[in-house]
Amino acid sequence: MRILGTRIPLLETGAAWLLALLWLSPLVYAFWASFHPPEFATRFELLAPLTLGNFAKAWTYAPFPRHFMNTVILVTMILCAQFVLCTLAGYAFARFDFAGRDIAFGLVLVQLMVMPEVLIVENYRIMSRLGLVDTIVGIGLPYMASAFGIFLLRQTFKTVPRELEDAARVEGCNFLGVLWRVYVPLARPTYLAYGLVSVSYHWNNFLWPLVITNSVETRPLTVGLAIFGAPESGVDWAVISAGTLMAVAPLLVAFLLFQRQFIQSFMQAGIK
Amino acid sequence: MKHVYGWLLLTPAAILLVAFTHYPAAATLIDSFFSTGTAVRPSRFVGVANYASLAEDPIFWKVLSNNFWFALGTIPTAIALAMVMALWVNDRLPARALVRMAFFTPTILPMIAVANIWLFFYTPQIGLLDQVGSLFGAPSHNWLGNPDTVLASTMLMVVWKEAGFFMIFYLAALQSLPPELEEAAKVEGASRWYFFWRVTFPLLMPTTLFVLVNATINSFKLVDHLFILTKGGPDNASSLLLYYIYQVAFSFFETTYAATLTVVLLALLAGLALLQFLLIERRVHYR
Repeated sequence: MRILGTRIPLLETGAAWLLALLWLSPLVYAFWASFHPPEFATRFELLAPLTLGNFAKAWTYAPFPRHFMNTVILVTMILCAQFVLCTLAGYAFARFDFAGRDIAFGLVLVQLMVMPEVLIVENYRIMSRLGLVDTIVGIGLPYMASAFGIFLLRQTFKTVPRELEDAARVEGCNFLGVLWRVYVPLARPTYLAYGLVSVSYHWNNFLWPLVITNSVETRPLTVGLAIFGAPESGVDWAVISAGTLMAVAPLLVAFLLFQRQFIQSFMQAGIK
Repeated sequence: MKHVYGWLLLTPAAILLVAFTHYPAAATLIDSFFSTGTAVRPSRFVGVANYASLAEDPIFWKVLSNNFWFALGTIPTAIALAMVMALWVNDRLPARALVRMAFFTPTILPMIAVANIWLFFYTPQIGLLDQVGSLFGAPSHNWLGNPDTVLASTMLMVVWKEAGFFMIFYLAALQSLPPELEEAAKVEGASRWYFFWRVTFPLLMPTTLFVLVNATINSFKLVDHLFILTKGGPDNASSLLLYYIYQVAFSFFETTYAATLTVVLLALLAGLALLQFLLIERRVHYR
């Protein structure tokens, strides 16, 4: 951070604050609606009574505990698989001069454009042939070999000095030992950055989970929330707001606590 | 040995990538030349018949032009806002961390959740927009029910959602600019406005190109909000290509026609990929 910065004119400071306030207003409104009785959802009085009733209602109207569990299982499963698969592939691309490497790398990068959500039609057929429709594994499988993760780790591994690897080899490490003892520890910031981006992506992902699931037992939070919030369900604003806040709360709280880390992770992951 | 180890390490990821990216992409293309099979009539080769019906499908052209306007309406606005946000947050702004947090928060919220909240903003009469409007005597609007305003209404929400994300890239770029530039400009007595247009803005150009291409690619994938706000309606006025693909495949069960639409989407993405490749070449020369 720089110490020397331009002082911003007062008018611009005001504009910046106003924009920030506007940007926060949907969230502020959601808080207002969910902590007040339903009749105050559209009426704004400073002294409106506070209540937690909307949260209790939302919790019982929809199978939130189940959706929470599904999302947590999904996100954890994807992240673990991504770490393993992308580490191995990233290491191969960074340090092994094997035949067809450049072509293979080009083919991997195709996934940066053609994300699984673009191919929902065919991927659904594949999953039904594999018998994985309506399973949590089915939601996660297309995302596990992530081109983004492979690319990010390859870039990081390439910056590791060869001397460290040679030293580890002299100590008797084989190629997997070198990966585990030299490369992985040195790439820890990349893992953290990629992990945060991946968790927020899959916590929020909607289209593919919607397509591939059709029961409460497998639906993640976003899909549950979409069904819960649908106008047909006849639930009032206050309860929908409460449900919405519950669904975003874990990520939101994590973000507010580790704000700096989050922003730096997105920055680091985005620039490479 | 290096060949064996290299491929051995790559294999697990390669199998999944081929199974869920390359194979389905190829299968999409093949399927687009077949008819959708039913219980009585199995799928058969129909040549370019699906493409012929695509050319005559008014909904297809509608969603394609919607996608175009959606990209044109959201991307430049979001990028301009992102740049301004980054400049503010990078300078000595009072309560800078708080402002930065406000700008970035929409990025980490799921689209489904924020659409739930924005749906209320747009509700006629009791919605927040109409309530604020009525203070100034504006008549009530059915923002999402009117074909003339629905696409713009969804775009407004998307700009709100995306600008903070793009801000991050500009922030990173601004922090890598040498501070001497600003000091020199101060010594020379250049105004902030002049300094921005003559120094900062050109130096941010590579970032702008990068964000531009990525935002365009992303604009083809942003459909989550439609499930909550409009279901593509009224009369497909807010529908987008990927949402139409979803409808054709999973509501109308026209699988091979959905595959044909997917081929168009893949072609568009491939074109953008090519563009990005060329732009990144230029970016290297620029540096």
